[in-house]
Amino acid sequence: MGPLSIISEFPEWVNLLIGFIIGVGFGFALEQAGFSSSRKLAGMFYGYDTTVFKVFFTAALVALVGSQFLSFFGLLDLSLVFVNPYYVGAALIGGVIMGAGFIMGGFCPGTGICALSIGKIDAFVFLFGGLVGAFLFAETYPLIEPIALGGFKGPMKVDEWLGMSPGVFTLILILAAVFLFWIAELAEKKFGRPEITAEFDGD
Amino acid sequence: MQKRNHMNPYFAGILLGLVLLAAMYFSGRGLGASGGLKYAVVAVVGAIDKTHAAESPYYSKYFENGEKPLKNWLFLEVLGMVLGGFISGAFSGRLKFKIEKSPGISNNTRLLFAFLGGVFFVYGAQLARGCTSGAALSGMAVFSVAGFVTMISIFGSAYLFAWFFRKLWI
Repeated sequence: MGPLSIISEFPEWVNLLIGFIIGVGFGFALEQAGFSSSRKLAGMFYGYDTTVFKVFFTAALVALVGSQFLSFFGLLDLSLVFVNPYYVGAALIGGVIMGAGFIMGGFCPGTGICALSIGKIDAFVFLFGGLVGAFLFAETYPLIEPIALGGFKGPMKVDEWLGMSPGVFTLILILAAVFLFWIAELAEKKFGRPEITAEFDGD
Repeated sequence: MQKRNHMNPYFAGILLGLVLLAAMYFSGRGLGASGGLKYAVVAVVGAIDKTHAAESPYYSKYFENGEKPLKNWLFLEVLGMVLGGFISGAFSGRLKFKIEKSPGISNNTRLLFAFLGGVFFVYGAQLARGCTSGAALSGMAVFSVAGFVTMISIFGSAYLFAWFFRKLWI
């Protein structure tokens, strides 16, 4: 029964090793998806490359459906899996600031780390900026604390909030994904920029 | 080095989803990235100015009960990401020092906006308690309202600002 590290009370070094191995898989998957390229990532916002959306939505659905199956067969206790607490203002305003950072920098932190690992110098500078951002947040925390702690709703779940069963909500998400994947494929045909998304730059 | 294409996005999504599922099954948590950067900053500040770290309402919670910010699941996961990305890059022939940018802008412009982007992104991620990985992706996988709201907010705002920064990319 999972989560293994919580139920079996692994020693700390085992938990850290698991974290490291999961990180290897995470970095590998992001790089294989092509997320080490900022222009490919930015394509999401101009329609010429929608890989971000396809990978992101597919991954969320696989984990969402997979965890419910594991729970159904008694292999995973979902009540022990961390659910992000909801702070209304912080989620909204933090998201808007992140979106601005995304379009300026062309990376998010995860894809930046993955791009750094294959030698992208712009990713190194992005992550250095990220360290500065974390430092600025810590130093300005007293000022921003009211937003950070305001509108606390606890670890709220969408299915409970909408009053539907997890299964029905999952089905709706899958149908929405299929529809949006279709739109994404159309967008790439219409706005495609092969000179940007070509994978081999001839050297 | 033999060059290979990127993986099909839907296959890559399944692979990423299985990694996230493994994190939930083994460790009862999702993936993260910005958190790893935060622990690095906390550790550096703690090493340089111990008094400041102990007195600050923000830093002090990371040093309670003799805890060490770098002996942390997220930090180790981020170190693993660097190795995983490197293995993938080596496998697909993509290891190369390079500044990637639109031909219409200079290297300095690209690096300036990369820096600013990093500052904004991680500042926002600290406020929202997670970035695209920890809040949006991992949150959605556990039905978290915070995850869905953060995801819509990140992508919605990037679309809103996209027109102003189009010269950087297209």
